[in-house]
Amino acid sequence: MAYLDLTILVIDENAIRASIIEEGLREAGHAKVTVVHEVNGIARIIETLQPDVIFIDLENPNRDMMEHLFQLTRTVGRPIAMFVDRSDTASIEAAVDAGVSAYIVDGLKKERVKPILDMAVSRFNAFSRLQRELADAKSALEERKIVERAKGILMKMRGISEEQAFALLRQTAMNEKKKMSDIAQSVVTAAGLLM
Amino acid sequence: MVTKITDTANAPRGGDSRLAAPAALAGEGSRTLRAGFIPLVDASVLIAAAEFGFARKEGIVLDLVKDVSWANVRDRLAFRQFDIAHMLSPMPVASMLGLGSNPSPTITPFSLGGGGNAITLSTRLYARMRQEASLTETASALENAQALAKVILGMKARGEPLPTLGVTYPFSSHNYEFRFWLAAGGIDPDRDVKLVVVPPPMTSDALAAGAIDGFCVGAPWNMVASERGVGRIVAAKQDIWPSAPEKVIGMRPEWAETHPETVSRLIVALDAAARWCDRPENHDALSEALAETRYLAAPVDIIRRVLAGEFNLDDQGNRRVIDGYFKFHDGFANYPRPSQALWIYSQMIRWGQTDLSSTGMTAAAAAYRPDIYRLALGADAAPLLDNDIRVEGDMDGDRFIDGQVFDPARIADYIAGFAVKSMTRSGSPAEEN
Repeated sequence: MAYLDLTILVIDENAIRASIIEEGLREAGHAKVTVVHEVNGIARIIETLQPDVIFIDLENPNRDMMEHLFQLTRTVGRPIAMFVDRSDTASIEAAVDAGVSAYIVDGLKKERVKPILDMAVSRFNAFSRLQRELADAKSALEERKIVERAKGILMKMRGISEEQAFALLRQTAMNEKKKMSDIAQSVVTAAGLLM
Repeated sequence: MVTKITDTANAPRGGDSRLAAPAALAGEGSRTLRAGFIPLVDASVLIAAAEFGFARKEGIVLDLVKDVSWANVRDRLAFRQFDIAHMLSPMPVASMLGLGSNPSPTITPFSLGGGGNAITLSTRLYARMRQEASLTETASALENAQALAKVILGMKARGEPLPTLGVTYPFSSHNYEFRFWLAAGGIDPDRDVKLVVVPPPMTSDALAAGAIDGFCVGAPWNMVASERGVGRIVAAKQDIWPSAPEKVIGMRPEWAETHPETVSRLIVALDAAARWCDRPENHDALSEALAETRYLAAPVDIIRRVLAGEFNLDDQGNRRVIDGYFKFHDGFANYPRPSQALWIYSQMIRWGQTDLSSTGMTAAAAAYRPDIYRLALGADAAPLLDNDIRVEGDMDGDRFIDGQVFDPARIADYIAGFAVKSMTRSGSPAEEN
């Protein structure tokens, strides 16, 4: 497929996300992929690499610097336009939602770029999902830890068994319509104040 | 869906001549407006409208979203993630002219006021200006530019690397003001220095690290650098052109057309917020709100002094007070005057970003919409004495630093008259050396 010849530049300060995107591009058969994590000296990289497609994450404040570079390239004859197809609002919105911005060399056929953009968008989304899952797992672990500590405090102070302490926490949570970890946190905080 | 109906129905009126709209607002949809902004003091009017009840009073809710780059703000407005946005005054003009990497029609019916910009040079470069050009501490902005020209001449003679200077965006007031100041001092911004783009919050670090030798950005970043002892403020916007519009509220023309009632209410809310922001007795409350992490995340005492126009030019105790450094409302600061859009257009042509044409004139002027402003606030709110397209810089207290006057009717002569310019694009006269 012809679009596999495209030279692609990925600019992302997040090294993990960048490597996820790079991996996706390589799996799809793209060989000419360059990843940079910072924009220092980016002008020279763009000049020597002459990329057809540039991806930059939207959280990167240096996007404005890229705009400046492209403004300069207008005069040296390598115009770069935003996104693939302005009429394809769905794919543009998907990209903005995912947090990725794409610059495409003017004149490049959209059919050649669309699969790459779609891929970048799905990889960006996959990364966000990964991050969310990691955060969820972390907080679940924290919650379990705090419940364990509250159970220990209750067992010690009220001389009850582990099962009874657990039941007490759960019943209180139900009565107060709160999460068990919140009740456990109050127990731990209160114990800290009282002891 | 119309939300906040109860708010709307009970909202006090902003003025006597306006009727509160019926609750079912003829299908204008949600009254919650998503507004993008960049953390700068010149977003004050928008932030105050959201924080101090001015929007609520008009039955609208402003959902402010902080962003990191002007390119993002432009794209998120274009792709309907934002309804309105805090924008650089040249951004709607550039959009209407089809400039930039994602031009999408954008208009402004409300300017957020002038002021806030300044030019800061590294203490190292400034020391050379003092030494090599016998510059005095109290020199004017123009004398500072001329001294820099002299230093650059010496740098060129000795083959030293030329200064690297930062602006914020290719289509920014900062870019045009910095170039205007440099050129007024006899410096060619495209040949004698290297202009780069640096995000505002990074300017003072970039200066400290020696990555740049100077910058032009909005408040509070100049004062952050001067108080750190890494920079010296050498010019303020008031020295270059006091009336230059700084930031505006941008929106899609098609959205403005389909949401006339919402736009009117928004303008009424912003007008009230702008008047409030101008009053010194409100500056403590405003500074505290602005300093919060979700807004500027900058030191409250610096913001307070910036609002008062009290400058620490360096960390040596040199101070300067600029009257009306921030004008949020006074002097028709919110009126989106098409002749100012045309001045921006003249600078875009001067520096080779676009060409002069009658289509360009029409497109540039159409970015600024005083008709929508007047519709919302009444003809009384608009300046009576002059036209929407007026001669700029011909009044005392509102002069350009180079002493020229901008008459939009004679825009070609105005541009041709600049000694320093770089019109490299087709159709421009090849009169430069």
